[in-house]
Amino acid sequence: MAMRLEIPPEAVTADQPRGAEPPRNKPGGWKLAIKRDWRLYTLLVLPLLYFAVFRYLPMAGNVIAFRQFQPGGSIFGEKWVGLKYVVLFINDPSFWQAFQNTIMLGVLTLLFCFPMPIIFALMLNELRSQKFKKFVQTVAYLPHFMSVVIIAGMILQNFSMTGTVNQIANTLFGTTVNFTQDAAWFRPMYISSEVWQTMGWGAILYLAALTRVDESLYEAARIDGANRWQQTWHVTLPAIRPTIITLLILNIGTFMAVGFEKILLIYNPLNYETSDVISTYLYRVGLESSNFSYAAAIGMFESVIGLTLILSANAISKRLAGTSLW
Amino acid sequence: MTSDSGVRVADLKESRGVKAFRIFNLVFLLAVVFLTLYPFLNIIAQSFSSEGFINAGQVNLFPRGFNVETYKLILADGTFWNNYGNTVLYTVVATAISMVLTTSFAYAIAKKDLKGRSLFIGIAVFTMFFNGGLIPNYVLISSLGMRDSIWAVVLPNAISVFNLLIMKSFFENMPRELEEAAAIDGLTQYGVLFRVVLPLSKAIVATMVLFYAVANWNSWFQAFLYLDKPELFPVTIYLRNMIAGVTTAGSAGGTVENVGQIAANIQSVTIVLTVIPILCVYPFVQKYFFSGVMLGSVKE
Repeated sequence: MAMRLEIPPEAVTADQPRGAEPPRNKPGGWKLAIKRDWRLYTLLVLPLLYFAVFRYLPMAGNVIAFRQFQPGGSIFGEKWVGLKYVVLFINDPSFWQAFQNTIMLGVLTLLFCFPMPIIFALMLNELRSQKFKKFVQTVAYLPHFMSVVIIAGMILQNFSMTGTVNQIANTLFGTTVNFTQDAAWFRPMYISSEVWQTMGWGAILYLAALTRVDESLYEAARIDGANRWQQTWHVTLPAIRPTIITLLILNIGTFMAVGFEKILLIYNPLNYETSDVISTYLYRVGLESSNFSYAAAIGMFESVIGLTLILSANAISKRLAGTSLW
Repeated sequence: MTSDSGVRVADLKESRGVKAFRIFNLVFLLAVVFLTLYPFLNIIAQSFSSEGFINAGQVNLFPRGFNVETYKLILADGTFWNNYGNTVLYTVVATAISMVLTTSFAYAIAKKDLKGRSLFIGIAVFTMFFNGGLIPNYVLISSLGMRDSIWAVVLPNAISVFNLLIMKSFFENMPRELEEAAAIDGLTQYGVLFRVVLPLSKAIVATMVLFYAVANWNSWFQAFLYLDKPELFPVTIYLRNMIAGVTTAGSAGGTVENVGQIAANIQSVTIVLTVIPILCVYPFVQKYFFSGVMLGSVKE
């Protein structure tokens, strides 16, 4: 009986109802827990193995940034070289250009791609027709489900010399621009496509938050004489503030990880000046030129900045807004 | 009908402003719909147009110089079909692996009295914020001998922590009494999972299958990094190589004088053919993902 209930006999004491959990945090707790829940622990084995091999081993693999790596050699490198590779990238002007571009694209993405879903959600929320609302949403999510390869194909076609953007430019200004090969146009091209891609999907969480705003708050506001705009400002926005802050933290955390795959697909040597970001630079240095240790040093720098950003954003928001991820 | 409650009066007072806003809102949202759909419609139009019109920049919403030759060309290309088949295979295998790993992990960590639970959750969540980076991953996959094999594509991203957390909170919300009753009826924890919990979790399982399948169908980077043999490529790499100008539709486009331009047409056809399966599951994704995302991410 006790076996079938998954409760070891010693766990069932007089003052404990059947099926209650055995006392935890006591000496021998693990032993008891494993005895009781060994089946659950077996379920954890494969996933934990996965995390160990494919997630944590590469983290440890970062030591090759401080070691000389030889192709075909150990994944942890052959011998210690100290900060050699760190010093190398600190003195590398191409790295600093990529760094600058990363910051630039990160700031622009945050500036344009972060508020758009909020505005979009608020406007959707004003619709009376649920059918039309659903239709707009359905359409707006579509780009999110497309492969980045397809997105890249569309960007390159729409911004090509004969593409739609140039057709419009030609009609309006009588000129065409070689968008895809002009460094000055890379940022507008990247950001506009990014907004196009992310706006609909980004609005989901806000829409969900909006459905849970207490109706009586609006009623109270209306009785106090608030117009629509004031209702939005004083009721709606404060109500979705936790969602906004949470997503802002997440966005800041991924600030450095600007669309690596997309950039890799749409950039070219003619616009490296503005398009080359840290991750694409380290891709070229590491995998195209096989400087693994050097590229790993750059990659580690990138990850550490990312982690620092998210930790500080979280701490700041915890202090100022009382909302945090953990 | 026309009550003179405070609400109505207020609405009437600002009716002109409200009306103006409604019209603006409608126009704005219709513009969003148009701008979102336009690139897709444009690609479809291009795929059915002849090169001359694309070349002259005259193809917008509707095909010009209707032609299906390129479709025939691509559909007759053995490489395309081989790569398409690879995509199907990778998607099925990867999704299956992901589901097994995600479900078992999520089920275990959803048990609030499992000892070490917060440690296991922490192990997973930490990987959302910190990762090994491109180079260590590349070196790892290479030294595991997974290059040029299906494993390099299906294993490294097997668990999405985001999906894991969604599933975890779904399992957490299952009534505890149900599982306790099953346990009293003599089911082991495996039995509870397979015979009680999973049959009741069809919605979340379907959501996760769709999430993983769509992600796998769309992925290209793993394959791009680790596969060198063209016969192993998924169709996304076929398309990527076309975009990068590495190939023009296998051997097919050779006879055409304007290679650069036929490429635009061939690209459009390939894009359309690659997107079709996604569009087929899209209504289902629509149906499920919303509840799925809600479950996992919003719980203030």
